[in-house]
Amino acid sequence: MSTPLMENHDGFSALAATDRVAGQLYTDPEIFEAELEKIFYKTWVWVAHESEIPDKGNFKKAMIGRQPVIVTRDRKGALNVLLNRCRHRGASICEPDKGKANGFTCPYHSWSYSLDGQLRGIPYPEGYEGVIEKKDMPLQKLRVESYAGMVFASFNQDIEPLEDFLGDAKLWMDRFMMQGAGFGIKVQGEHKFRFDGNWKIQLENTTDGYHFPIVHRSWMASVDAETADMLSFMTDENAVTHALGNGHSVAIMVPEHVELDADDGTEELQERFRHIIDELSETMPADQVRRIVRSMHGAGFNLNLFPNVAMSMSFFRVLRPISVNETEVQHMALGLDGGPESVNRERLRIHEHFQGPFGFGTPDDAEAWDRVQRGANGNPQMPIMVNRGLNRETTGTEGWKTSHVTDESGMRESYSQWKKMMGND
Amino acid sequence: MTSESTLTAPLENGFASDALLDPMVSKAIALIWHEATLLDAKNYVAWEALWTPGGKYVIPIDPDTDDFESGLNMIYDDARMRRMRVTRLTEGYSMSAVASARTARTISRFTVTANDGECVTLRSAQIIVGFKREKHLLLAADLEHRISFVDGEPRLDLKVVRLVNSEGAVTASGFLL
Repeated sequence: MSTPLMENHDGFSALAATDRVAGQLYTDPEIFEAELEKIFYKTWVWVAHESEIPDKGNFKKAMIGRQPVIVTRDRKGALNVLLNRCRHRGASICEPDKGKANGFTCPYHSWSYSLDGQLRGIPYPEGYEGVIEKKDMPLQKLRVESYAGMVFASFNQDIEPLEDFLGDAKLWMDRFMMQGAGFGIKVQGEHKFRFDGNWKIQLENTTDGYHFPIVHRSWMASVDAETADMLSFMTDENAVTHALGNGHSVAIMVPEHVELDADDGTEELQERFRHIIDELSETMPADQVRRIVRSMHGAGFNLNLFPNVAMSMSFFRVLRPISVNETEVQHMALGLDGGPESVNRERLRIHEHFQGPFGFGTPDDAEAWDRVQRGANGNPQMPIMVNRGLNRETTGTEGWKTSHVTDESGMRESYSQWKKMMGND
Repeated sequence: MTSESTLTAPLENGFASDALLDPMVSKAIALIWHEATLLDAKNYVAWEALWTPGGKYVIPIDPDTDDFESGLNMIYDDARMRRMRVTRLTEGYSMSAVASARTARTISRFTVTANDGECVTLRSAQIIVGFKREKHLLLAADLEHRISFVDGEPRLDLKVVRLVNSEGAVTASGFLL
């Protein structure tokens, strides 16, 4: 096997080719540091869903690379993303993961800040008379914009508008939210775990249909036949992956659930939800019951948004790079905001069945990713192959490179963006 | 000299020094230690047989809740889910179960929170040390067991494992707590 990737050291971008990337992308600490600077501190990074901070005064903590931030909804209802660092001596001003507050007070010397980051109070201010003005010392504010309830932030004040960055992914975000079935989407809870591997291993996995029946054989064996059949996409020619540009891609596993608002009436509702159907039918018209139950497993696709969030069927998957060989992953379970309690509980049980540190799916994914990291230490200059499906990749009228969902078009799209951002300029 | 009457009188903080001497409580603790032995040995088939048909096995995320139904848990198993879980852990198709850490766990610091003659509820602390591929892992949890006596034999009717880091990142594992 030739390894042409390693011949060129003119910046890290040479380490990614169309069909392969250098193994050291998983193992080289220098590359990891450069990724923080050139990707995570430069582009739009997902920090919250609006349902997590619905009311004025709500906040949640998040991380962008190694930097701690607070996402707030201020008194005017506006979103803010603030560096979680006091302007005085650098202490973190917020440690609860989420909550409601009027502002933040540093525990060290009680400098206090409003929800939009303005410095409001300094105790014993005599020592600062003529030295500093409060108006000059707000918390560092990041750019923040949202689309379809998804809140993104950037340290890069000159970055393009979020909607431009999302581009064609916006259509799929809208489609994803159709699983609300007439209700809004809300985060119901989250699993959090870490694995001993590089962040890009997880980034790839969301668009890797190829591993599913192999790694998740024990989960497939544990679900009812209808659910297993729904996810039998290996030989379904309508199950495709589209590269959407800017590193984003969508992997369609259940083609009939791409647009949940559209229903030709031919699909039979899963018998496993009979108790829900019977309960809802007591108070709801049949078409609304059908709409809700058809959406129970979420959208029929995984939408991968470069670099750190996926809208994955019925949950959000958020990744956080810890070090070159450690990554934290959150799986946020979604429900219907204001929807029937029984439906939201059923969705929690579905989520628990696959996701989380003791789910029937996540531990096997994590084991596979650990194994990738361990193996990639062997000859880090040998390439990682992302060429599956190049022989059948086409470009449709939308301009999206498209191949089968078991192919690696989504990974190639991610690495194309990685290559663009990791150049020397 | 200690008389029986002083043994049975709880102290002001609720401490009843003889609660652990009750024969039912002793049997319940013996079952909990037996369960720990089976789990360390990964004898999940024998472990499954320890449960009552209505028994619930829970690893919640919210440290304070008793309403497991309406929140997200790491495990919330009834008999059906337990059956599938044991199958998954034993049939050999789950790569995390096949490669799971070797574990040793200790359970102590028992307190009796209820004893009505048919059911005993105990709280305790559990420390698990695991080892896999050059790394040790450590998991600490508060446990709650409700042990039901069916025909005089103790059975697991409720087990709640409250990990001290339940709201933080929990390592995905191919074994049970």
